[in-house]
Amino acid sequence: MTRPTLVVAGNGMVGHKLVEALAERGGLDAWRVVVFGEERRLAYDRVALSSFFDGATEDDLTLVAPGAYDEIEVHLGDPIAGIDRAAGTVTSAAGVQVAYDALVLATGSYPFVPPVPGSGLPGCFVYRTLDDLEAIRHDASGRRVGAVVGGGLLGLEAANALRNLGLEPHVVEFAPRLMPMQVDDGGGAVLRARIEALGVHVHTGMQTTELAAGDDGRVAQMRFADGTSLDVDLVVFSAGIRPRDELARACGLDMGERGGIVVDSACRTSDPRIFAVGECAVADGRVWGLVAPGYDMARVVARRLLGGDAEFAGADMSTKLKLLGVDVACFGDVSTGESITFSDAVNGVYKRLVITPDGTRVAGGILVGDATAYTTLVQMARGDMPTPDDPAALIAPAAGAEPVGVGALAGTATVCSCNNVTKSAICDAVAGGATDVGAVKACTKAGTSCGGCVPLVTQLLNHELAAAGVEVTTHLCEHFAYSRQELFDLIRVHRIGTFAELLARYGTGRGCEVCKPTVASILASLGAGYILAGEQAALQDTNDHFLANLQRDGTYSVVPRVPGGELTPDQLIAIGQVAKDFGLYTKITGGQRIDLFGARVDQLPAVWARLIAAGMESGHAYGKALRTVKSCVGETWCRYGVQDSTSLAIQLELRYRGLRAPHKLKSAVSGCARECAEAQGKDFGVIATEKGWNLYVCGNGGMRPQHAVLLAEDLDTDTLIRYIDRFLMFYVRTADRLERTASWFNKLEGGIEYLRRVVMDDVLGIAEDLEADMQRHVDTYECEWKATIEDPEALARFRSFVNVDGPDPNVVFVRERGQIRPARQEEKPTPLEVLL
Amino acid sequence: MTILDDVTTWVPVAPLERLGVDRGAGAMVGPWQVAVFRVAGDDVYALSNFDPFSQAYVLSRGIVGTRGDVPKVASPVYKQSFDLRTGVCLDDPAVAVRVFPVRVVEGVVEVGVPPSDRS
Repeated sequence: MTRPTLVVAGNGMVGHKLVEALAERGGLDAWRVVVFGEERRLAYDRVALSSFFDGATEDDLTLVAPGAYDEIEVHLGDPIAGIDRAAGTVTSAAGVQVAYDALVLATGSYPFVPPVPGSGLPGCFVYRTLDDLEAIRHDASGRRVGAVVGGGLLGLEAANALRNLGLEPHVVEFAPRLMPMQVDDGGGAVLRARIEALGVHVHTGMQTTELAAGDDGRVAQMRFADGTSLDVDLVVFSAGIRPRDELARACGLDMGERGGIVVDSACRTSDPRIFAVGECAVADGRVWGLVAPGYDMARVVARRLLGGDAEFAGADMSTKLKLLGVDVACFGDVSTGESITFSDAVNGVYKRLVITPDGTRVAGGILVGDATAYTTLVQMARGDMPTPDDPAALIAPAAGAEPVGVGALAGTATVCSCNNVTKSAICDAVAGGATDVGAVKACTKAGTSCGGCVPLVTQLLNHELAAAGVEVTTHLCEHFAYSRQELFDLIRVHRIGTFAELLARYGTGRGCEVCKPTVASILASLGAGYILAGEQAALQDTNDHFLANLQRDGTYSVVPRVPGGELTPDQLIAIGQVAKDFGLYTKITGGQRIDLFGARVDQLPAVWARLIAAGMESGHAYGKALRTVKSCVGETWCRYGVQDSTSLAIQLELRYRGLRAPHKLKSAVSGCARECAEAQGKDFGVIATEKGWNLYVCGNGGMRPQHAVLLAEDLDTDTLIRYIDRFLMFYVRTADRLERTASWFNKLEGGIEYLRRVVMDDVLGIAEDLEADMQRHVDTYECEWKATIEDPEALARFRSFVNVDGPDPNVVFVRERGQIRPARQEEKPTPLEVLL
Repeated sequence: MTILDDVTTWVPVAPLERLGVDRGAGAMVGPWQVAVFRVAGDDVYALSNFDPFSQAYVLSRGIVGTRGDVPKVASPVYKQSFDLRTGVCLDDPAVAVRVFPVRVVEGVVEVGVPPSDRS
């Protein structure tokens, strides 16, 4: 049977959601789907567009899972140019003609450029697509002043983007305040102060009357109605959007008064075979300019196409944003009712809560500078959660001591509005076996778009687990009823120096393979000295005990440190000679070092004596410690490098070598944005800019790859090192056992903004302490192998057998590609144990 | 300490003070690779050094501890724990490693080999 044809005009976020929603419901068996898109890319996350300037790539922003469009005919870079309703066909700009049984218009909107003389001059841009951003980036190089016309949400994002590109940013807004559509005068004033403090110049109440060109024909000056002017090198228009309705208009569909395609509650236009969704549509008399309502419309149409009867019932226009690091949130209805306002100009916090006229419910509100109460308040405004007797307490400065429990949320309450995930869906996922936030994200998609709901998802998860009788415990193991972080604090505050003392005071039993290495790591982080001294030796995992990496056959590998990946020919020869003399297998590692495999316990001291004599030192490949700082050759050799990445990498590697952490740490320094050292895949990574160093943190998710996040930009070397000191020590103190920086970061409430406040603004007041901890580490560092070789007692440990000399007879190698490898089971004599 | 009637040969391994507290040591006892453990309180245990999960002779290099009241060692490879008294794997009771009788005579640790195993 031939399937009817569905044509989708547009592959933006909403057009893609329609295809996805249809596919999820098995709709690709019922419909042949043909998609036309004007852009040359498949759908990407336009909401996160600005992160493109923070280092996000096209791949990061894509919304399309690999293979999702395999069964769909897609015409990219080829928009529909005409609709023949009588014939039931569409024709693309390139001349492709398709007969449709149903047509969905998802053509979105275009940025409004005010009809100001000069708005088409070179140097003038809009801010809507990745192509726009690439054009701005390309043009911005070497320019000084950039202005954004429009002080709304997108305008402020664009201003931040210009700032990131190194321009002096200005925002010009016609209304008397910023974000006029979302916030009131009070909120606008606080927002303005916060944004000006970040170096963005704000001009409100300004009407641009003309853009004038300079001698080179580019835009050079903005002129305003009050007679003043501003010299500029680049202008971005972000003055609102207009529905893209010209296709519908040309074929005679009903239009809204101010444009947009009129649709009914089924998202159907005046032609029953044609639907319209997203920002090109007028539903319930208005254009819904957020992505969530667009997604709702897409789901309605997907159901309708499969015979369902879903309706678009309007949407919650609540928004919570982080603009240049400032929280801004508004929700519900703030037009009627009594207001309670809290304003703290010193700290840049403004909160307004509107209570229904009968005084019983939260109607809506505005939060600027601190939006922590947002999720709870939204649920109250929606009626999904009971309102406490004194809702004002929720915005008072001391609020939050006893938050209203998530148990009070209705099952139908939307927790993640980006993906329309309800509380029930999350509870079902937990009942189905999801026991951590990652698992809940994977099976419900909650928290996977903007991430704003992750704290709420976490609370729900813990609540459900507790209710199900699953003990949500952070206890390290049966011997300590404390988390790693709590133990760290106990050891630090009470100056506990040994495991035995800690066990006696705070533990039970004799310890195990979980708590012993954890405590050993904490003691090492706090400067307890040589890790094999006294009782500490018994706590170490075999890797740390023998200062080498245990491999599957019971032999060890040896990794000398190669700081920054730089070594001399003599060192290279020395390593090769040691490998040759001891018959070791050699391999270059992923982190620019050389790994020597196949050493027996009894060979390790002799191998290291040779390496140390050749000027090498321990690479700590065995420890949960800093491993490598990878680098490119930077400006020294590379024709593109802008800074000396190798010198910095060496400096960082020597500074942090041996630092014990909850998990192993890797780092890299790239000499330019080409990123040859892959710094964005590391626990901390540095990328050179023309003006200094950009610091990325918390990449390297292990088996779940994760990109690093930009923490700070254009730092000088001293500031960079100070921030890394603080970051690393903060992680070392607060992460769980074996928790990588990426998962630690994912759990950090407040995300990168919080981390910035801790590391850069020192809101916790611990920066000095963290730096002192790191300095002590740097000052007391010694090569563990050098210390071991010089200590006869430590050396006595390095033997296969306590009663006879000689090697383990069960270690057997075979040769492959000119080197040794461990024999496989079938290549070895059957062990005695198995024979009997 | 276990003393079995059919032990006919006691092989001295090392003075007790040569063994680290809560740490193991490998020893050759006849044809056997044995892991000898001295735990706090100076109890001494001896298991086969063979880890059945990784098939490598490494149990002597595991971390010694307790699970409940059971003294145990965790294999350094894939971390399964074994009861030091019985050799039974606490994570998979279908698996066990051989236990050797062990005693301390005049400060020297001795491991016993049953007559059939003498080499």
